[in-house]
Amino acid sequence: MEFTITTPLTEYDLEQLHIGDSVFINGVIYTARDAAHKRLVVLIEEDKDLPFDLQGQIIYYVGPAPAKPGQVIGSAGPTTSGRMDVYSPALMDKGLKGMIGKGNRSQAVIEAMKSYKCVYFGATGGVGALLARAIKKVRIIAYEDLGPEAIYQLWVKNFPVIVVNDIYGNDLYKEGVKKYQKIGML
Amino acid sequence: MRQIQYSEVIDVVAQLCQETNFFLPEDVLNSLSKAQSEEKSPLGRTVLAQILENARIAAEEKVPICQDCGAAIVFLELGEELELTDGNLNLYAAIEEGVRKGYKEGYLRKSICHPFTRKNTGDNTPAMIYTDIVPGNKLKIRFCPKGGGSENMSAIKMLSPSEGIEGVKKFVIETVKSAGSNPCPPIVVGMGIGGTFERVALLAKKALLRSVGSQNTDSELAVLEDELLKEINCLGIGPAGLGGSTTALSVHIEMLPCHIASLPVAININCHAARHKEVMI
Repeated sequence: MEFTITTPLTEYDLEQLHIGDSVFINGVIYTARDAAHKRLVVLIEEDKDLPFDLQGQIIYYVGPAPAKPGQVIGSAGPTTSGRMDVYSPALMDKGLKGMIGKGNRSQAVIEAMKSYKCVYFGATGGVGALLARAIKKVRIIAYEDLGPEAIYQLWVKNFPVIVVNDIYGNDLYKEGVKKYQKIGML
Repeated sequence: MRQIQYSEVIDVVAQLCQETNFFLPEDVLNSLSKAQSEEKSPLGRTVLAQILENARIAAEEKVPICQDCGAAIVFLELGEELELTDGNLNLYAAIEEGVRKGYKEGYLRKSICHPFTRKNTGDNTPAMIYTDIVPGNKLKIRFCPKGGGSENMSAIKMLSPSEGIEGVKKFVIETVKSAGSNPCPPIVVGMGIGGTFERVALLAKKALLRSVGSQNTDSELAVLEDELLKEINCLGIGPAGLGGSTTALSVHIEMLPCHIASLPVAININCHAARHKEVMI
């Protein structure tokens, strides 16, 4: 199935999404890699305010290349999501409803996605020049000292992703591999 | 003695950093196109089409193929009859300066940081430089910007000689399988076999510099590369790990004799943006 969704995400948005669905995201999304996640989780542990409201939001795991003069943003493809696994459930507890990255998530994160109702979207790794075209406006909102790892607010139009983990506990990486694996020679 | 100036090395390296990050080489493009026509999964074909479209956009706009513009890995072949002149630099300092200049002027992402504080060095140095001294009066510079996602999925193991070729095969298949979707498949697999602990890793890295789809000049290793490629593509990981028949584009092996007690093996995985380029001065 193909869907177009707009942030912030509603429960209805999440319920209709299943693994393998092609989704085009519109609206505002936020960037964060491991360094920013670590700081966010420290704030949560200290019961302090976060630099943005996570309710219904999507975090994109990306550290963009610098923008050339005239560009909105440099190449901006996903980074490996597994490094965020230790931090993600704490953010879901604060209302996070979507994550965009590449690569598989831990069982703990998959379980948390089920109980908190959060979807993991895969963006194709290594196509940062193409994905940057779907980003229309950029603003740094926190941790500028982290350079490419700062938290940016991105305004996106038809940002293309695939549902990898849905709220029903399914995993496209596992199902996809099962479908195409052959018993080899070894 | 032929003489070249350090300033020339700086400019050549700066340009090399940019061009390698903007233009996916022909061998990789051809291999990806071939994979697109042969891929069995519809979603896999969509991913391969995105990858090819991305390469076209990057080349057209002169922007990085991937935001991860890599650690700057430089292999030098330095001619014995070549003298570098002019200024107070040494050759490595000139390469570092070229990397600094190339990453700044090309708006490439600087991805090198302190291991513990994670503070970025700000200019993508230090470069990782390896040198071979060769006959002649030329300097060959081979550049390979290497992304973190695929580098993290690489592995090294000191096998027992009794494990033999079957042990080597098992290790590479297990490594690729556990890497799964993380290293941005379809991948290129660089393998080092033999040598010593440090040398085998370097062999695996050097194997990635070979043209994608090229065959080993040693016919027995060529057969092994072919067999491993088929085996890896039976794993079903596919483009972007979403399932499919193209998990790897190519397997490259470099081998050296080793100690009678050892059988070192290293697997260095490269992503589909298998950037590499060389120039001769």
